[in-house]
Amino acid sequence: MNSSTTSAGMGFLADEGPRRGLMAWLTSTDHKRIGILYLWSMLAFFMVGVGVGVLMRLVQLDTFHHLVTARTYNALFTVHGVIMIFLFVVPGLPAVFGNFFLPILIGAKDVAFPRLNLASWYFYIAGAILALLSLFTGGGAPDTGWTFYAPFSLQTGTNVTLAVFAAFVLGFSSMLTGINFITTIHRLRAPGMSWFRMPLFCWSLYSTSWIQILATPVLAITLILVMLERLFGIGIFDPTKGGDPLLYQHLFWIYSHPAVYIMILPAMGAISEIMPTFSRKPIFGYTAIAFSSMSIAGVGSLVWAHHMFTSGMSEFANMVFSLLTMIVAIPSAIKVFNWVSTLYKGSIDVQPPLFYALTFIFLFCIGGLTGVMQGALSINVHVHDTYFIVGHFHYVMFGGTGFAFFAALLYWFPKMFGRMYSKKLIIAAWFPLFVGFNMLYFGMLVLGMQGMPRRYYEHLPMFHAGHQVVTVGSWLLALGLVIYLVALIWAARKGPRAEGNPWGGVTLEWTLPSPPITENFEEIPVIDHGPYEFRKGGQHG
Amino acid sequence: MDTSHPSTEHGHPGYGTFIAVWICLVVFTLVLVGLSHLGQGAAVWGLLTLTPLKAALVFYFFMHLRYEGPLLKGVVFVALGTLLIFFALMFSDVAFR
Ligand SMILES: [Cu+2]
Repeated sequence: MNSSTTSAGMGFLADEGPRRGLMAWLTSTDHKRIGILYLWSMLAFFMVGVGVGVLMRLVQLDTFHHLVTARTYNALFTVHGVIMIFLFVVPGLPAVFGNFFLPILIGAKDVAFPRLNLASWYFYIAGAILALLSLFTGGGAPDTGWTFYAPFSLQTGTNVTLAVFAAFVLGFSSMLTGINFITTIHRLRAPGMSWFRMPLFCWSLYSTSWIQILATPVLAITLILVMLERLFGIGIFDPTKGGDPLLYQHLFWIYSHPAVYIMILPAMGAISEIMPTFSRKPIFGYTAIAFSSMSIAGVGSLVWAHHMFTSGMSEFANMVFSLLTMIVAIPSAIKVFNWVSTLYKGSIDVQPPLFYALTFIFLFCIGGLTGVMQGALSINVHVHDTYFIVGHFHYVMFGGTGFAFFAALLYWFPKMFGRMYSKKLIIAAWFPLFVGFNMLYFGMLVLGMQGMPRRYYEHLPMFHAGHQVVTVGSWLLALGLVIYLVALIWAARKGPRAEGNPWGGVTLEWTLPSPPITENFEEIPVIDHGPYEFRKGGQHG
Repeated sequence: MDTSHPSTEHGHPGYGTFIAVWICLVVFTLVLVGLSHLGQGAAVWGLLTLTPLKAALVFYFFMHLRYEGPLLKGVVFVALGTLLIFFALMFSDVAFR
């Protein structure tokens, strides 16, 4: 408690090698430091994305409508999408918490390829810089939307070429992380850590890594084709040269639908860690959750064309993909059922991480169920390209992955930084977050049902009131985010020292001091029981 | 690295095998060029059947897949299987459009 200003007991956070300060961080191959590098860079990009989002909402109010031109508005929604998808939610939980906790949870000293791990972070930063450059060079910021649909992306004068190259580089970061995690799980588990003794977060990272390896190359090749087409006019997607623009949509979504599982699976994994800890009881249906992660990864790779029901794809394909989409809802529902059942008859302790995890379940259910609605062909045709889609997507990606990220950060923060945050401030941040979130995105669901198309600069007078509610929601949401982040940033620097096991968790990370030492374990543990056995495992320590 | 790994140390092929595989690849290429003169149908079917075969030979011998352990082979087959499923599902669009 007395060492809050010295480096004594600060574990891996204290510089050990010949380098000090920033250089020690930028050259570190310690998985924990790389995780934290990702955390800060990602949060910075996230706040930029939030800023762009708030600005877009502002433009829908009469008073501020002429703040930007229609063309800039197109650039804004593209940039918002690219930043949030490729710089925040795709790397999201794996890059931060996967890096930090995967080796610890399976009893290893680091990931299998520590240098490759650092290289992934540099790929990530390089991609981010390229994306930033694309805004100010060539013809200016891309105006295609984050999906870069052909043939428009082939014709627009804006700097699509550099932007897709940025996404290409970011894809490499993602693939290398996937390879690293799969190898780590196969080769570096501690003695006795059998597959079914791994914490569920590891299972979710394992299935995510497979999607990263199998689907990301498809995106990489597709984006290269877009670049070649723009530079040399080879005519793969351009219909005037005999190409097929629908082929672009197929290839794009072959990656980008599984990518939403890259985004949500680790989030589900983190929730599966939080639920048992705060219910003081083993997770309900361990095997079902582990296998549902794998089957989401498998079936989730076969449903991509549900984004194309109105594109002119064949009727037969519409039916095939609609059916497959319905099937993928089953494993997600299994998980929700198991989380809720874990609470049943548990000794529930509502701490901030659980509070945010429960919020995740609520918001994810709305997101998931609106997703099943769109899987039905008859509804999809009507809500396609409306605010309904935008609302649904944000319920899943922000209400789902975003809130799980917040919950995971609250859960593991004391372990990562060795300090505790103000629980009161975090709960205070929840109210504007939750109210603002639902005003913003439920409002969008309603607007979409009424027929408001997405990505439009103007709107009809009938949508005025709706847009006002939605925009006010965005202010509340942003306020909540600021409180949340300020509370954590302050705690990381000045918060009171945290104990080794503040939540009474029983997985391996809680057997270590907070923060852990550089090598994680003085001695590699020998595992003789499952991950959530609260009677056998350690109590408060 | 892990020195106890059983499958990488023995059974490397001689130059003979490599040259034989190379000759096979050249022959297949010549066949493909010949087929392309017989019209589009023959060319497409030739490409669809012979090109994967050529790729398989390259994987198997030149890229040493043959001498790898079951895990690595499994990884390659998972990837190829996934690719095949992607193709099949995409044809549910293209073939019925
Ligand atoms: Cu999808």
